[in-house]
Amino acid sequence: MNESLFINIVIGISIASVPLIFAAIGELLVERSGVLNLGVEGMMIVGALLGFVVMSHTQNSYLAVLAAMVGGMAIASIFAFLTQFLLTNQVATGLALTLFGLGFAAFAGRGYTEETIQLITAVPIPYLSDIPYLGPLLFSFNPLVYLAFFMVYLVWWFLFKTKQGLILRAIGDNHDAAHAIGHNVVRYRVMAILFGGAMAGIGGAFLSLVQVPIWGEGMTAGRGWIALGLVVFASWQPFRIIFGAILFGGITILQIHAQGLNINVSAQYLSMLPYLATIVILVSLRMRLKNKTNRTVPNCLGRIFHSTT
Amino acid sequence: MIKLIPRVENSTLMVLLSPLLALTLTALSAYLIFIFVLVDIPVSSVFFTLFVEPLIDSYYFSELLVKAAPLMIIGLGLSIGFRAGIWNIGAEGQYVMGGIAGSAVGLYFYNVEALWLLPLMTIAGILGGMFYAGIAAFLRIKYQVNEILVTLMLTYVAVLFLSAMLQGPLRNPSGFNFPESRIFHDSAMLPIIWEGTRLHIGLIVAIILSFVAWFGIKKHMFGMQIKISGSAPRAAKFAGFDDNKTVWYSLLISGGLAGLAGLFEAAGPAGQLTPGLPQFYGFTAIIVAFLARLHPVGVLFSALLIALSYVGGENVQIEYNLPSSITQIFQGMLLFYFLACDILIKYKVILFKT
Amino acid sequence: MSNRSLSSVVKLSILSVVLAFTSNVYADPVKAAFVYIGPTGDHGWTFAHDQGAKYVKEMMGDDVIITTVESVEENSDSERVITSLARKNDIIFTTSFGYMNPTIKVAKRYPNVKFEHATGYMLEDNVSVYSARFYEGRHVIGKIAGRMTKNNVIGYIASFPIPEVIRGINSAYLAAKSVNPDIEMKIVWVYSWYDPGKEADAANALIAQGADILMQHTDSTAPMTVAEEKGVYAFGQASDMREWGKNAQLTGIIDDWGPYYLERVQAVKDGTWTSTDVFHGVDSGMVKFAPMNKSMPKDVRNEASRAIIDLSMGKIHPFTGPINKQDGSPWLAEGETPPNYPDLLTMDFYVEGIEAKYPN
Repeated sequence: MNESLFINIVIGISIASVPLIFAAIGELLVERSGVLNLGVEGMMIVGALLGFVVMSHTQNSYLAVLAAMVGGMAIASIFAFLTQFLLTNQVATGLALTLFGLGFAAFAGRGYTEETIQLITAVPIPYLSDIPYLGPLLFSFNPLVYLAFFMVYLVWWFLFKTKQGLILRAIGDNHDAAHAIGHNVVRYRVMAILFGGAMAGIGGAFLSLVQVPIWGEGMTAGRGWIALGLVVFASWQPFRIIFGAILFGGITILQIHAQGLNINVSAQYLSMLPYLATIVILVSLRMRLKNKTNRTVPNCLGRIFHSTT
Repeated sequence: MIKLIPRVENSTLMVLLSPLLALTLTALSAYLIFIFVLVDIPVSSVFFTLFVEPLIDSYYFSELLVKAAPLMIIGLGLSIGFRAGIWNIGAEGQYVMGGIAGSAVGLYFYNVEALWLLPLMTIAGILGGMFYAGIAAFLRIKYQVNEILVTLMLTYVAVLFLSAMLQGPLRNPSGFNFPESRIFHDSAMLPIIWEGTRLHIGLIVAIILSFVAWFGIKKHMFGMQIKISGSAPRAAKFAGFDDNKTVWYSLLISGGLAGLAGLFEAAGPAGQLTPGLPQFYGFTAIIVAFLARLHPVGVLFSALLIALSYVGGENVQIEYNLPSSITQIFQGMLLFYFLACDILIKYKVILFKT
Repeated sequence: MSNRSLSSVVKLSILSVVLAFTSNVYADPVKAAFVYIGPTGDHGWTFAHDQGAKYVKEMMGDDVIITTVESVEENSDSERVITSLARKNDIIFTTSFGYMNPTIKVAKRYPNVKFEHATGYMLEDNVSVYSARFYEGRHVIGKIAGRMTKNNVIGYIASFPIPEVIRGINSAYLAAKSVNPDIEMKIVWVYSWYDPGKEADAANALIAQGADILMQHTDSTAPMTVAEEKGVYAFGQASDMREWGKNAQLTGIIDDWGPYYLERVQAVKDGTWTSTDVFHGVDSGMVKFAPMNKSMPKDVRNEASRAIIDLSMGKIHPFTGPINKQDGSPWLAEGETPPNYPDLLTMDFYVEGIEAKYPN
């Protein structure tokens, strides 16, 4: 395999993985707070649309990314209001959010299917990117790629190194106890849901601003669901999101390359690989850690909280 | 400010009133949206097409029931699993696997005309769905792998597997190499219960099953077990309930019913196995289950409501040339209101000044 | 009688003739409906059919009432949509293969309604089938690709392995090979008609593997945008995609359904509609081409134009023997061309020279 093909594959994998990293790390924080939001796909597509719309009007990539975050938060706020204040069931509300988001984006975006925009392109870091081999591999990505990795770090730091993070985890594990010692369960959860919306929004916008400069109905094509799966794959541990997303995105890209290289396996079966590998690898990880009980699932995940006091 | 006071007992009045309130709110919002979107079409006629016509026109009413039947069957299975806190998100995959397994039997005995064929296909469909959900149960029990991940990922695999089967062994040999199966023989097709329509026996099966499940949950020990496992896992352990059994039963029941629905779709309205078999029923049924507040008989009604939104939405698109996305927006809103209004059942809402 | 009153009588009678004529036309507008698989904004397959529907409206004006339904899945829902339309329309176009059996079922129940099913093979007294010889278009872009590639690698983004897609791959490969014996074709199946992200991933992978010219049989404009960004060439699919690839698009295969739709709707109006089996190509204008990119050398443009003319006059056939199948077994003998059935309509093999594994 020649060097440029290798670098191309790495870049391809990064592009396929990053939307998943954004969406999954947001959802991870949400689930850590004890809330299960199945509306990731709906939030992503709204982000993809708003990012694209703002980009096509302003040609300003900062504003576009900001708009995608705000869009994701706006639609997430519906979920937050319903589940936190009106105590609706989270699974059903999340699914409704996905339906609503897909419909809303398709409807509001009808005038934009003809448009095209300038992509946000990779920015090689000066000097560092000139290092042979390492330069193109580590220092020549799109700025949003670095942001994705940074967000993972940030979420890890927040969850495990700050007092608020500790409280958020406590709420996710036992909201009644956390409430009893005076923490505002609803406020933490609303914040987490909004953060999840913002991250899903960027994840969606990555598709329409970095991967392809077009807008089309349903262009997220199920990536929100994959992100949900990755949170479970990561056992709610932030850094494992990166591993999971690269694994999934990597196999997706590699199976495409395998097809191009005329590998003697039918394309349908190659296409199943990313999904099967995610399960198989998680199982094999668990087999190695068999004796340790897995205590990372937030105990209150999906449960409704209402304070009587 | 608003404050919620829990009721001592669920309000029976509100159990009935909250859906009506939700419908009214949906109608009001839809009205506002339509005024904004529609320029020269009277909103009242759109409303008629959307809400009323599917109920009074006999053809649309039969189709509404056709659409509701699989949602009832899958939603019923899911409602049982969700009560136990088992998150089977991939009923769609089990539905597809059931459809493949049952159809494979039907296609294997393609030339056979016999009474036993349809029951055999049905059993194969149920087993196909059970097997697929069983993978998730096994992995959860043996390796503590969360069923959300497994059922979700396996859904994608099932859809690709369907494509591979229709490209290979199940392909119609005289079908110009298009990925579709043969059209089923008459004895492999579900009996029609309303002459001249597509309404098949699946509706009756759904109704019977839902009442069986209702009594099962009330009377049977297992019903108690899943209820307690779902709402108080610790207590369930103390009571000596077997956690693994709950996982197995929940997934096998919901998977088996999803598989049954998949076969009914293939041997019913579709009449053959096609790549179009997966149609989001597995996901929609999750909503159906929760709209019914996980009540097995309630599922019948919530499935009808969702089916109404599909059939009515489709007609609005045809009649007034509205984009299909309007239907999705509308369904989303409908669900939001229904879920939100249910708060009135368990809580009193009190307004006060701060 | 004065001149003035004479002229007013003439005017009146002309007016009454015109009125009579128009009122006759107004009295009975044809109701035509179209069922689409995707959203009309896909800029691919559905977009092209919708352009056809718009063309009918434009030409017939008040003589036609058009209903379109988009994003109708190829499952049992489609039978309901087609039935609903059959209750209120005179002619219904169902524009995707998966609507075949539902269309036939509904047609049996509504014998007075005319049906037109795209890309299928089942005929009834009131069901026509129509399809286009897109492989003729692929022949032309294959020739251009063979000439324009520097690496001798063509990347092909394919959707689902159905005969129409296979015909396109084989036709493009043979044409490219005929002008460039060193040509290699890399094929990636994305198992979707419309997934911009996946199509872009496939385009990027193919370019990374050395393809400097892309063909697509999927419906989004994503591969074109990738080609534009990476500085390679590509061809528009179903519609002119110049907007997304100002430098990249060499030409594009355009599906022009408009004239056929007009003819069929008009036939219903005139009462002359009969069931037909249409498989038109470049000759009838059903397969057209986007303007050729100015950056193409003159001789390549001339060669492509000549191929188009020859195809339209029936002088050449994209599949002219000797051609072997991928496994080396003979398919067509010297000078032989294949019949529509079964060879073209059920094609399920690659021709000799393609190295990719056939997906089954």
